[in-house]
Parts: sequence; C-alpha cells; structure tokens
Amino acid sequence: MSTALKEWPLWEVFVRSKQGLEHKHCGSLHAADAAQALDMARDVYTRRQEGVSIWVVESKAITASNPDDKGELFDPAADKIYRHPTFYEIPEEVGHM
Amino acid sequence: MSAATDYLLHLADNALVLGQRNAEWCGHGPILEEDIALANVSLDLIGQARLLYQLVATLKGGDCTEDKLAYFRDTHEFRNYTLLELPHRGPLSGYAQGDLDYSTTIVRNFLYSALMALLWEALEKSANADLAAIAAKSQKEVRYHLRHARDWLVRFGDGTDESHARAQASLDHLFAYTQEFWAHSPAEAAAIEAGIGVDVRTLQADWDAIVDAALAEATLVRPAVGGYVTLGKQGIHSEHLGFLLAEMQSLARAHPNGAW
Amino acid sequence: MYTQSFNVPDAPGGKTVPLTQPIEDPARQAAFDARIDADGRIEPQDWMPDAYRRTLVRQISQHAHSEIVGMLPEGNWISRAPSLKRKAILIAKVQDEGGHGLYLYSAAETLGTSRDQMLEGLHSGRAKYSSIFNYPTLTWADVGVIGWLVDGAAIMNQVPLCRCSYGPYARAMVRVCKEESFHQRQGYEALLVMMGGTEEQKAMVQDAVNRWWWKCLAMFGPPDADSPNSVQGMRWGIKRVSNDELRQKFVDATVPQAKVLGVTLPDPDLKWNEARQHYDYGQIDWAEFWETVNGNGPCNKERLATRVKAHNDGQWVRDAALAHARKQQERRMKEAA
Repeated sequence: MSTALKEWPLWEVFVRSKQGLEHKHCGSLHAADAAQALDMARDVYTRRQEGVSIWVVESKAITASNPDDKGELFDPAADKIYRHPTFYEIPEEVGHM
Repeated sequence: MSAATDYLLHLADNALVLGQRNAEWCGHGPILEEDIALANVSLDLIGQARLLYQLVATLKGGDCTEDKLAYFRDTHEFRNYTLLELPHRGPLSGYAQGDLDYSTTIVRNFLYSALMALLWEALEKSANADLAAIAAKSQKEVRYHLRHARDWLVRFGDGTDESHARAQASLDHLFAYTQEFWAHSPAEAAAIEAGIGVDVRTLQADWDAIVDAALAEATLVRPAVGGYVTLGKQGIHSEHLGFLLAEMQSLARAHPNGAW
Repeated sequence: MYTQSFNVPDAPGGKTVPLTQPIEDPARQAAFDARIDADGRIEPQDWMPDAYRRTLVRQISQHAHSEIVGMLPEGNWISRAPSLKRKAILIAKVQDEGGHGLYLYSAAETLGTSRDQMLEGLHSGRAKYSSIFNYPTLTWADVGVIGWLVDGAAIMNQVPLCRCSYGPYARAMVRVCKEESFHQRQGYEALLVMMGGTEEQKAMVQDAVNRWWWKCLAMFGPPDADSPNSVQGMRWGIKRVSNDELRQKFVDATVPQAKVLGVTLPDPDLKWNEARQHYDYGQIDWAEFWETVNGNGPCNKERLATRVKAHNDGQWVRDAALAHARKQQERRMKEAA
C-alpha cells in the first residue's frame, strides 16, 4: 500500500454550544476522513459540554477573502450609517420602535 | 456475598480493569487526536466502575468504600471477564514484555462494547433501580465506545495489508475469550433469579449480528472458537491480572491509612 | 499546560519556514508595525515579516511540544493513582495537556508549517520543549506539586499570552487558560488532603516541593538581563511580561499558598522585602538549568525516545486510516460514475 499522502488532512471544527445558537469556529484537527473528523471533534472540542452539534469541513475547502482586499471589500460600508436604526430620530412619545 | 453485590462487582470490575488497561495509552497514542479519544473511553469506564462500587459499598454498609473495593481486594476476588485484563499485545506469558499494540486494544474494545451496548440496555429494566440508573447512563457511553471501536476495526480491516493482518491476528488471539460471556456462573444465575441481572445468553444472537456485520464490512474472518473457556468472572484469572493489580494497588496499599 | 517564557533557539539544521513574501517590503512592514503598535491583531493571511513568522512558529511549536512531552511525567502515575477519583482527575488532566498541544499545533499550522514538520523537529532533537519535563516524577506527591507549582508557573506565563498579537495563538491560549484553571486547583487540593493525612504523606509532599521548587523558578527563563530575545518578543506583542516580572509574581503568589498548605519552600533567602513590597529569593542554579535545556538532564533521553516511539509505533494506525479513507473515496467515485 503506497501512502503518497503521509499526514492526515486538516479539518476546521464548528460547534453549536446550545440549541438556538449558531455554529461557531472553535479550532482544527487532523483526521483521515469526515466521519472520523466528526468523532474526533467530539472528543477534542466538547470534553466540557461545550456543544450539542458539530460541523467539520476540510480546511482546504474554505475560500477566504484576501486581507489585501480589505479596503475595497469592507471600508465602503463604513459611511452607510443610514442602515442603522440609531440614524433616525423618533419622538420619544412614540415609544419603542 | 449477596447475589446483588457479587453481580455488581462483576460489572464494576469489568469497567475498572478495562479502564485501567486503556489508560495505559495515555501519552502514547498513535496520534494526538486518538490519544484524547481513548482517554475519554477510559474516563467513562472508570466513572462506571465508581458508580457501581459506590452502590456495592452502600449495600455492604460499614466502612466499605469504592476505593476499598478497588484497591484492597486480591486477584481471586475480582470478577471481571478475563478478556479485559489481557495486556495490549498478542498472547504472551504474564511476565513477558511486549509493545503496546493498538489493534489488540481496538478489537477488545469492540468485542466488549458490542456486548455492553446490549447488556446495559437490558439492565435499564433491572429490578434494582440504582443499577437501572447506572445502566441508562452507561448505555449512552458504550454506544459511543462501540462506534469508536467499530469504525477503527473497519479501518484496520479495509486499510493496509499490515493493518488487516494485525486486526485479524488480534481477533484470532482474543475471540476465544468471548466464550466466557456466554458461560454460566452462579453469581449471574443468582442475580437473574433476583431480577437484578440479565441472562447474557439472551443477548448472544444480537451480539453475533453486530460482530458479524462489522467483520464483514472489515473483510475480517470470524475465528472458530472452542477449547478452554476462561473463568475470570468467577475469580479464576489469567497471569495478567496479578500484575495489573499489583501496579494499580501498590500506592494505596503502601499507605493503608492515607488520605487522598 | 506549560511553556517557558524564554524562547530558546532550536538547534541549527532545521528547515526554515518558506518565505511567502519578499523580505523587504517597506510599505507592508510599516503597516504591520503600525498595527502592532496600536495593539492590533495579526491573522494568518496577513502580511508579516518573515522573522515574526519564524519566531512564532518556533515559540508556538515549542509550547506545543512542551504539552505533549508534559503528558509523560504525570502519565507516569495514572496506573498507580491511589484512589479512583484521583485516577479519573489525572487522566482528564493529562488528556487536557494533549488537547492543549493539539490546539497549539493547530495555531502554528496557520503559519504554514505542518504538524508533521514540527514533530520532525521535536523527534530529531532539534526543537526544544520546556525543560521542566526532563525531571522525574518520583512519588505521587509530584503529581500534586506539578499541578500546584508547575501549572501555577505556566498560568503566570500564559494568561498574558491570551493578549498576544497573533490571533490564532491568542485564541488557542484563551481556550487553554479556560481549561487550565482546574489543573492548578486539583493539584493544590490533592496536596491539602495529603497534608491532612499520615506523617509519611506529609513528608512525601515536602520532599516533592523540595525537588520541584527551584525547577519551577527556572521555568520563567533566564534573568531579563540575559534574555535578548525577549526584547524583540515584547516589541512584537508575542511576549507581554518579562521573565523576572513573571517570576516575582509567581513567588509572591506562592509563598502564602505554601503557608496555608503547611510546607516550607526550600530557600533560606526567601523573605518579605518591605521596601520592594515583594519577596526576595535566592540564586537559581542556571548552570544546571542550561545543562538540562541542552539535553543533559535526568530524563531528556527517555522523554524524547518515548515520544518518538509512540509516533513510530502509531504509523501503521495512521496509514490504515488514510488508506481506508482513500478506498472509500474511490468506491464513492465508482458508484457515482
């Protein structure tokens, strides 16, 4: 049996801490396949009842934005302050809106 | 000893002895992730043992404690299956040395977890409510142990020539010890009579089905069994338990009045 | 969980981390410096000077190696733990150290070095790990003392690292510190119980304290004056508090704990200095410390060989899992075709 790939691939682990909350990235680990990655994530990342649900995804499957594009990607949102509710003044007697 | 305590000790000793064995891997596992996974199995087993010993201690009363039961009974008083006390290696005499072999570990965990997944489930209906509660908790744990061991068994069987050969060798070594599961013992008979215990023989067909399905998936061959049937659950053990207990109990016995 | 706050250079001969960007890039360098100066965070994809990357890989991997080598001295007592409760606690603790090693290797992997490369560094003897684990655990009390003093010293080191400039390292340390808080407490509590036990037990605790105290003080690394790397580490925000400051903090915190416990710390020069508002302490044996760091301590060879053996013996297991995963994938592709 030839083993061209010697190291187990890397997986990113996302854990839902309780029902109703989103899955949150909590770290990574090595596993031979997805099923094993899931079990190992259980053993590594939920030893203290940190989770009720786990996602794993092979790290190389993630496409990330380039930090160099930060300016063009994210800065243009900075001046759209009218998107936020606090931009609008409503008479106090209207109450919560 | 009453039917209940003798039977509970059998269950407790099973959990402790296998927990002790599996913990030998802590710090020496084949990969960090697996080191952590197997430690979880050990922690579950030791947790089960503690609950069962505590129950026995309550039933016995006096100054009996979980640690008295674990640390101050001798080899012949232990009631675990012989399978569980064997070192993580092929068949070798008690004082022979050998490397830890992960296929022995996995095959044993698989054979035992397959039984306990059925037994704990059945024991949830035990007439002893405390035992039923322990069974309900242990049932969840052992289902994961079974999944863990079964997945690895399939990986070994299907993986490389070496892993296949190792898994088959471990099966050939260990399978005969499972005969003890189905052998009659007075303690079990008394516990069944009292409604506390379960007749393991009623679980045999289901165990066979679990084992055969996994072996088929792993392309491993189920060894024919026969010959000597071990008697660990009646207190007649292999050469290996003495060494295991000598090590485990040494410190507690050196300080019998110690506080830990 | 363990680290020594000094960053020992690994032995030469290792592969350097491949450069992923030109060394000279004044504009990016300036942006990087500005972010560091503003106490900002650096993330894996961000540009970083090569020296920063290499220093981080070295520091984080040394830290990770320390965790997994650190499983061995305490693991030594799992089979003999004197009660089932202590056995469970110890397994959980040693397991946690393995987990911490894993988090740290993962953090270092974001810098472009694989875990296998880092392990190769450890196994070849090139990479360093905390020298504290090159001392033997001779009695059960050592387990308690390691929790109390060694983990206590490590916590002093690690809490500031939760604010370190490299995001993945800082996040790993947050997770580690959260889990770590049980380690020191369990050790101290185990010792408290023993000190309430028999005379032999009390003597066992005192003996362990005597053997570990000075090694723990040395864990913080050489005095600031002899620690040139520290300056750059502080500049980069990957070291937040100096060796001597941390050591002093540790001594000040530990003296009252020792008093409550009823043990004597083995240092005749240890006394309160009213003017400094700190405890003074005696001379650390740095010659002995460096001997151990450089491979000549009592257990260096055993520790390293044990790690190498576990890794080598596990090769067939790792290969089997990969081979099975590949076969499964081929089967699925065949089915799909």
